[in-house]
Amino acid sequence: MEENKTPESAAELTGTDALAEFRRNHQTYKFRETPKPVRALFIILKYLVLIVGCLLVILPLLVVLLGAFKTHDEYITTNVFAFPAEPQWNNFVTAFIDGDVLRGLLNTAIILVISCAGTIITGTMTAFVLQRFNSLFTRAVKMVFLVAALLPNISMQVTVFQVINSLGLYNSIWAPCILYIGTDIISIYIFMQFLDNISVSLDESAFLDGATYFRIYRSIILPMLRPAIATVLVIKFVGIYNDFYTANLYMPSKELGVVSTALYRFIGPYGAKWEIIFAGIIICMIPSLIIFITLQKFIYSNLVAGSVKE
Amino acid sequence: MAATAGAKTKKKKSVSEWLHGYTGQKYTTTIVFLLIPIILMILFTVIPAVNMGIFSFQERDQFGANVKWVGLENYKTLFSDSSYFETFINSLYYFAGSFVQQAVALLIATILCTKIRFSNLFKGIIFFPYMMNGVAVSLIFRRFFQKGDGITNTEGTLNSIMMLFGADPVKWLSNPDIVNWCLVFASVWRYIGFDIIMYIGAIQSISPDIYEAADLDGANSWQRFRYIIFPGIRPIIALQLILAIKGSISVFEIPYIITGGRFGTSTFVIRTIDTAFTYQHVGLASAMAIVLLAIILVVTAIQKAIFREDK
Repeated sequence: MEENKTPESAAELTGTDALAEFRRNHQTYKFRETPKPVRALFIILKYLVLIVGCLLVILPLLVVLLGAFKTHDEYITTNVFAFPAEPQWNNFVTAFIDGDVLRGLLNTAIILVISCAGTIITGTMTAFVLQRFNSLFTRAVKMVFLVAALLPNISMQVTVFQVINSLGLYNSIWAPCILYIGTDIISIYIFMQFLDNISVSLDESAFLDGATYFRIYRSIILPMLRPAIATVLVIKFVGIYNDFYTANLYMPSKELGVVSTALYRFIGPYGAKWEIIFAGIIICMIPSLIIFITLQKFIYSNLVAGSVKE
Repeated sequence: MAATAGAKTKKKKSVSEWLHGYTGQKYTTTIVFLLIPIILMILFTVIPAVNMGIFSFQERDQFGANVKWVGLENYKTLFSDSSYFETFINSLYYFAGSFVQQAVALLIATILCTKIRFSNLFKGIIFFPYMMNGVAVSLIFRRFFQKGDGITNTEGTLNSIMMLFGADPVKWLSNPDIVNWCLVFASVWRYIGFDIIMYIGAIQSISPDIYEAADLDGANSWQRFRYIIFPGIRPIIALQLILAIKGSISVFEIPYIITGGRFGTSTFVIRTIDTAFTYQHVGLASAMAIVLLAIILVVTAIQKAIFREDK
């Protein structure tokens, strides 16, 4: 890609003769400066680094995948890399039903839907007011949000716990939902940054036509924020689906397991039955894998860019 | 009389007009739109933060019974009992690990920005762990570093590989000398993909004209890296190092799930949580949280100072 781009942009600058010249120089330099065997060595090294890196990622996962299809006897007697004699789909059924992975997935889905809806509604409204109206009050709120973003999340639970407890939300599915909505400052920042690029004159002309601010928010701002909402949804999915501690602390009851806590609880009763644990891990990885494969490019550009903006 | 009545109706009119006018709508919208976020912010950020400051001078349990004011006693305990600060030493492992992580991420990002076949596949595989559930990652590494019982064939992945080469199996996770490095490896494995994507973004934002000029001058790949890529992404590297400091003092999930903080793997956050919820010393735990917050504020101030200069 890069190589194709380079001569073309050179051509735009200086014309086609220069391009030919450039190409000639470009190639002679390459050949003169680095001899062919050295270049070949470099290329081999490059691929070697990547292949070793991928192996380091794949090997631990491969062991899990193979182990998930083994019987318990096979798990005890065979090497980690040995293939199972006959794939044991039963392990998946056990993990799914008895191991509460199904319930974990359902609870996680409920929490995801409520928190995402809540974050999008409150987050866009907050961002709209904070970005569009510049008053002493909004600036003060902005400051508080800025400071709040610095508070270390897990350590804060030492005192958040009492608030949740006194609201009667302990051991209910509302505790994580309301915490995910109420403490999400990064989303507000993403919305605000996006709003920076939506022209104010658009709201102004709508206002002069008699639209109320709610109408402007609802009919102009919200639809235009769609790309930012997509970014926030992906960040929220990854964050909530993978969060362990909130659910572990606030929803100890067995019926309220989420994906993370369902997996965590495998350590107890299934402690020695790794083939069941492996099956559970594989099931829980499937939603992430599907989302990753379908949204790969979007995730690279938004998830990463989004989390740096804090 | 008539004049005052007229003024009254005029005023009344102006209130409703004001409400529908520019400023009035601004106020009402501000209040209505911010009502819920501000309530949530007060409940889950302001009150806990204020409480944290107050509780740090008290001795109390989770239920607020038997509250006792102890002054600076909690902070004295923290600073005099070295076992609390020893957990910060464990952060150094993660900090050292993050240097390796940044270096390797930069290397892989640089390679992926050159002409490489299947570069998307390589990128995807190395990034995927970042998308994975933390508990799943931790369980996978419990298995990866597992030491068998010597009777059955339950050696973990790493020991199995080592045994292929004739080495003896090692107790990775219960040997205090090496267990932290194992946890750091798991942490690097999980997060490196994120850094790679960030570095790729930074490298690609360098103008291709500069590479052209360098090629015309006959720069080799090392020179390209040393004089173009590295200076071009220096701000990102600085930011990453600061985030690494913050990350390594707030390590929690991987040691909490893989070893439960045993065998000398506890971190300051694990210790805080245990103090608050296992031992019910909410006062002491609040003091610990305040100390962590203070450190983070100092690091953030340094970060702000550095990046103001860069701009």
